[in-house]
Amino acid sequence: MDLDLTPAEEAFRAEARAWLRAHVPSAPLPSLETEEGFAAHRAWEAELAADRWSVVNWPARYGGRDAGLIRWLVFEEEYYAAGGPGRVGQNGISLLAPTLFDHGTEEQRARVLPSMATGEVVWAQAWSEPEAGSDLASLRSRATRADGGWRLSGQKTWSSRAAFADRAFGLFRSDPDTPRPHQGLTYLMFDLRAPGVTVRPIGRLDGKPAFAELFLDEVFVPDEDVIGEPGQGWRVAMSTAGNERGLTLRSPGRFLAAADRLHRLWRDRGRPAWAQDRVADALAGARAYQLFAYAAASRLLDGESIGPKSSLNKVFWSEYDIALHETALDLLSEEGEAADSAWAEGYVFALAGPVYAGTNEIQRDIVAERLLGLPKGRR
Amino acid sequence: MRFLLDTEQRAFANSLDAMLTAADTPSVVREWSRGEHTRGRALWARIAEAGVFALAVPEAYEGLGPRPVELAVAFMELGRHAVPGPLVETVTAAALLGDPGPAKRFLPALASGESMATVAHEGAYALDGDVTAVRLALAVDGLRLAPGHGPVRGFLDPARRLTRLLPGGELLTPDPPVDRALLWARLATAAQALGVGLALLERTVAYVGQRVQFGVPIGSFQAVKHRLADAKIALEFARPLVLGAAVTMAPVDVAAAKVSACEAAYATARTALQLHGAIGYTAEYDLSLWLTKARALRTAWGTPHDCRTEVLRGP
Repeated sequence: MDLDLTPAEEAFRAEARAWLRAHVPSAPLPSLETEEGFAAHRAWEAELAADRWSVVNWPARYGGRDAGLIRWLVFEEEYYAAGGPGRVGQNGISLLAPTLFDHGTEEQRARVLPSMATGEVVWAQAWSEPEAGSDLASLRSRATRADGGWRLSGQKTWSSRAAFADRAFGLFRSDPDTPRPHQGLTYLMFDLRAPGVTVRPIGRLDGKPAFAELFLDEVFVPDEDVIGEPGQGWRVAMSTAGNERGLTLRSPGRFLAAADRLHRLWRDRGRPAWAQDRVADALAGARAYQLFAYAAASRLLDGESIGPKSSLNKVFWSEYDIALHETALDLLSEEGEAADSAWAEGYVFALAGPVYAGTNEIQRDIVAERLLGLPKGRR
Repeated sequence: MRFLLDTEQRAFANSLDAMLTAADTPSVVREWSRGEHTRGRALWARIAEAGVFALAVPEAYEGLGPRPVELAVAFMELGRHAVPGPLVETVTAAALLGDPGPAKRFLPALASGESMATVAHEGAYALDGDVTAVRLALAVDGLRLAPGHGPVRGFLDPARRLTRLLPGGELLTPDPPVDRALLWARLATAAQALGVGLALLERTVAYVGQRVQFGVPIGSFQAVKHRLADAKIALEFARPLVLGAAVTMAPVDVAAAKVSACEAAYATARTALQLHGAIGYTAEYDLSLWLTKARALRTAWGTPHDCRTEVLRGP
């Protein structure tokens, strides 16, 4: 058991740090939930990609550095410590890409991944529907067989990034007659600008269009955009859901940097005693999350899978994120809640954490039933 | 970087677990709480034989250490089995007796389990002063060998038997490594508390799986499940802090581990008591052995406030 990086990993850290120091924008970019901010973030993804820093753990042939999980964790620490902007490509990079690595074809990977890495194509997730949130098995949007592909009809909602994104991925019911609700689903990628797609942005709490409703009317999708076998979408999606809840959606580096900023804020405000426990717990929590990730990465390198343990992660980071931002807002008072405050932006973003990626109630059920072995019961 | 226990470390934990399971520790604790130390001493000898105390003692003094990671692994098991006695204090004493003279004189016997030690500030309460051969007092002029102890005082956790160390005695060293010893004390306490929390969770999961109300096991109710899921999450995030602190032995990491493990164990104790209902509130049911220990370890060797203050001090 050790926490030592190899000389090569240390060299990687130094290289990343030097590059980030030279390139990270000195002023924060506008919120990526605005049209202007989205464009600025897309340009930043391109700048990262030009020197192969946008997806360091991917294979080199898709724009990565073959860096592996440990170096990815190191990169994320350096990225957020340097004040790197939130990643507009995150939905694609952390949700769709792992699915393509596990279940896609070589043709799909070669076609989809390079433009995802550069930010040229930004992906939105299209899981939820008006009657299906965390209960994905009750999805009703349809995929119907057509010549050379499928036609999608129905409605998706709470589709993150869809207001300004280019393409989306999600599950559709391709066989309405299966006896069990999570059978007969197919995982498809589609173009948000295709004929038959209507995107209606939805303002989140602060009014910014962080997500959207999608109305789909006989939208054609070619066969090449089906991931995995038709009808097997549930199984394909579950590997993605594990990623979403697990390591990659919230890197420890982000929380280490945020806890450090909170610590500085507390000191700058004269170290008020009422916030002392909360700031200390934020620091300890970021360290716990970092070490938990190192242990998870070590297990993955040993060939184990994360599986239901990703639910531990999901509950932890989502609640941690809110507690951290609440403390900052309490320290800052009105100043922190101003619309242009980075802490306010982070707070509004954090508030959604316990709801998406499978609500925390669902995650606690998974922890109780699958990790503790408690009996299934009425919800 | 491989932040996982290796095969040997896991085997060490498993062998301790098997030995302690066979030793029927609940009945040993109960006897210890009554001041009957025979079986407790016998168990101590076997724990020492397994090498636990030697992990805190340098090889030069017949130890195996210092090996904080293995020590943390061992103390998790000691906590899981509610082993009584001055476990943390013996490790802390080993860390305090760093000077060659006292080290040569006391450490071999601590490593082998031949003697137990306790440590406290002069005049303050020390754990198990009546059974320990080595009573170390932190006095204003240095580390002293206390000449004796006062009467035993009962405690919320009956297994913790406190005695005041009498003042005076031989001066062992004027400048003991107090900061270093505190790290070992906090690390061992954090690991022990994590073990206590894990045991409380394990026993409660088993209980709610078989306790039937309204015609179904209470463990099938979401309100019950979610409390246990929260306990699991708190313990699983305290675990890497404890092991990480053992790897770095940095004061900030050790303090974070101590406060997080103790808070997680204490929250788990509250959940365990609630989900057991009245049976959990009785002294005769074994759960009480861990419930009271979770409370006691929370303040031992650094209150939550002390540890958080250390965390805020930073590296």
